[in-house]
Amino acid sequence: MLEAAGLDCERSGRTLFRDLTFSVARGDLVRVAGPNGSGKTSLLRILCGLLAPTQGEVRWRGTPIRRLAEEYSRDLVYIGHASALKDELTPYENLDIACRLAGVQVHRAALAWALGALAVPDLPVRKLSQGQRRRAALARLLVSEGVPLWLLDEPFAALDAAAAGYAEELITRHLKAGGSVIYTTHQQAALDSRARVIDLAVG
Amino acid sequence: MLAIARTLVRRDLLVAMRRRSDAATALLFFVIVASLFPLGVGAEPNQLRAIGPGVIWVAALLSTMLSLGRLFAADYADGTLEQLALGAAPLGVVVAAKALAHWLVSGLPLVIIAPLIALQYDLERPLYGVLALSLLLGTPVLSLIGAIGAALTLGLRGGGVLISLLVLPLYVPVLILGAGSVAMAAAGLAPSGQLLLLGALLVVSAAFAPWAVAVAVRIGVE
Repeated sequence: MLEAAGLDCERSGRTLFRDLTFSVARGDLVRVAGPNGSGKTSLLRILCGLLAPTQGEVRWRGTPIRRLAEEYSRDLVYIGHASALKDELTPYENLDIACRLAGVQVHRAALAWALGALAVPDLPVRKLSQGQRRRAALARLLVSEGVPLWLLDEPFAALDAAAAGYAEELITRHLKAGGSVIYTTHQQAALDSRARVIDLAVG
Repeated sequence: MLAIARTLVRRDLLVAMRRRSDAATALLFFVIVASLFPLGVGAEPNQLRAIGPGVIWVAALLSTMLSLGRLFAADYADGTLEQLALGAAPLGVVVAAKALAHWLVSGLPLVIIAPLIALQYDLERPLYGVLALSLLLGTPVLSLIGAIGAALTLGLRGGGVLISLLVLPLYVPVLILGAGSVAMAAAGLAPSGQLLLLGALLVVSAAFAPWAVAVAVRIGVE
């Protein structure tokens, strides 16, 4: 489904990786590994189209993502370092708006259930702890089961064991349903054993 | 697509509602700057009538500048701008919706309060309408052009000052036409020429500014 062909990435004059080629099929789990500053986040951002690679291209179902633009965006969920939550709004409002902006119609009850499942309190995001913010951001996954490609940057950071376990379960379910997941992590996760690894330190 | 634009406008208004102090600061700034001039130049009615339209327009320009920094900065900092760039609607539509929300929060209040400020300058009654109309046509242009500056300075340190340098020169035509229309009416002539030109500026900037902003935002989120 997703193909990366000969990707080079240069950030502020430094080459992060060169000639990276791989493909991701339905049901694939891919972990991007490498030390800090090796370009894991840059790779994910290139894959979702936020960042243009210095060389090479990313194709989605055979078409370059540059050409697909919003059509491609609709097929992916990207959860980045920043939680993408507005401090002034509640997690419910944030999730509702995020879904609408992504063009997904989600029923109110489903939104409430997703936040409930992750035990996110109904307070303005400003008052939430780091871990709770992360949970609120991950709630997006619970209502994005129909979206085929998940790109997750450090999904388990700041999560406690229970929430991390739950997130892994979600990912497993998504893979079983035929979705693909590409993620980065520094923590040990039970998923890691099943994941194919793209190691940026070696390339 | 329109549903997405509507959602975004509603979101930005909701955020502005919960942070009322930001919008109030810009509006108060406008009121205070426009009120300082009569105190400074003295209460000679003819002089005040002459400078009134220009001062009110310059104050509107500066007050708009003040709120431009927030247009994209918060979304950029918390990561929502990335998500908007990955949204289901073209980025041009998204930024147009943001510019509209910016105008509703910081431009429209100026239009409404301007006639009140005009009292201090002893403008004649018929001029109030012309002043409000010129601001109604002109302030959306300020938001649209300002959005280009705000997007270009995303993530830069000292972006606030840079926005002023980038955007204020571009505001000159709006200022000349806006203040000119009121001065024209004060001289007993029809202000329709200037107002029509302001309207034309609005149409042109509404058509082209969003695409320029979208390109700048894409560069910004990289």
